[in-house]
Amino acid sequence: MAFTASKDAKGVYLIRVEGQLIVGNRQELKTAVQEALDHGERKFVIDFSRTGYIDSSGLGALVSISKKVREQGGDLRLAGLNEDLRSLFELTKLDTLFAISDTVERALGGFTG
Amino acid sequence: MTGPLPATLQLCVRRRRVPNAAGATVQVSLRVPSEVGCIEEVVDLLMRHCCTAHWVSRRGRFNFRVALAEALANAIVAGNQEDRSKWVEVQAECCGERIQIEVTDQGPGFDPATIEAPLLPEDLDRPNGRGLFLIRHLVDDVSFNALGNSICMTLRRH
Repeated sequence: MAFTASKDAKGVYLIRVEGQLIVGNRQELKTAVQEALDHGERKFVIDFSRTGYIDSSGLGALVSISKKVREQGGDLRLAGLNEDLRSLFELTKLDTLFAISDTVERALGGFTG
Repeated sequence: MTGPLPATLQLCVRRRRVPNAAGATVQVSLRVPSEVGCIEEVVDLLMRHCCTAHWVSRRGRFNFRVALAEALANAIVAGNQEDRSKWVEVQAECCGERIQIEVTDQGPGFDPATIEAPLLPEDLDRPNGRGLFLIRHLVDDVSFNALGNSICMTLRRH
């Protein structure tokens, strides 16, 4: 997995995940979000439109990230999940924990200010 | 000289004809080092050799990919404790009607009945415990050996 990070005009921190999010690389994503939080970022979108699959450790990493962002008064949205990836969130009921948008544009549009 | 073992995969692909069957049964054996960094490569290898049948749908491939990644992660992390002196053995058999993959670690085993997934609203914040739940829902059959250090997963033609 690799990822790229950018910030839009509204100050939303966008992380694009390239590849799988699994036990071998989940820590990289957690570290990236933690560093952004440490630098004052509070609005996050994680884009999975280039992700093939996510394992339970990847889901767990997202749960941890979501918790940390909320504890800091921030907001996290997930975007770009295809039908297969979305089924994992539905099976584990994590679709009720995360704000999930079809596209990055819609996720970015969900933030105000 | 001591030191970390090289992260090599040992792959053996054997194809054998099944009498009176139109296709062939493919058997694949892998010996995987206890390193989580190997998982993606192992999943890709097995999918390439085993999931070629036309009856395996896109969702079937996705499900099997995730289930396999989970089983390997469980074997390497929970089973072998990422001890690089231990290995994970993978045996796959693919024929016209089913794909079956067995993943065995060198750990003490566990009782799968004791694992409960965090599905209640108050538990959703828990980062762990979803792996076995996912496997059970993504493939058609799941079984364990008596010791609990070997899982067998089957995807069937419907």
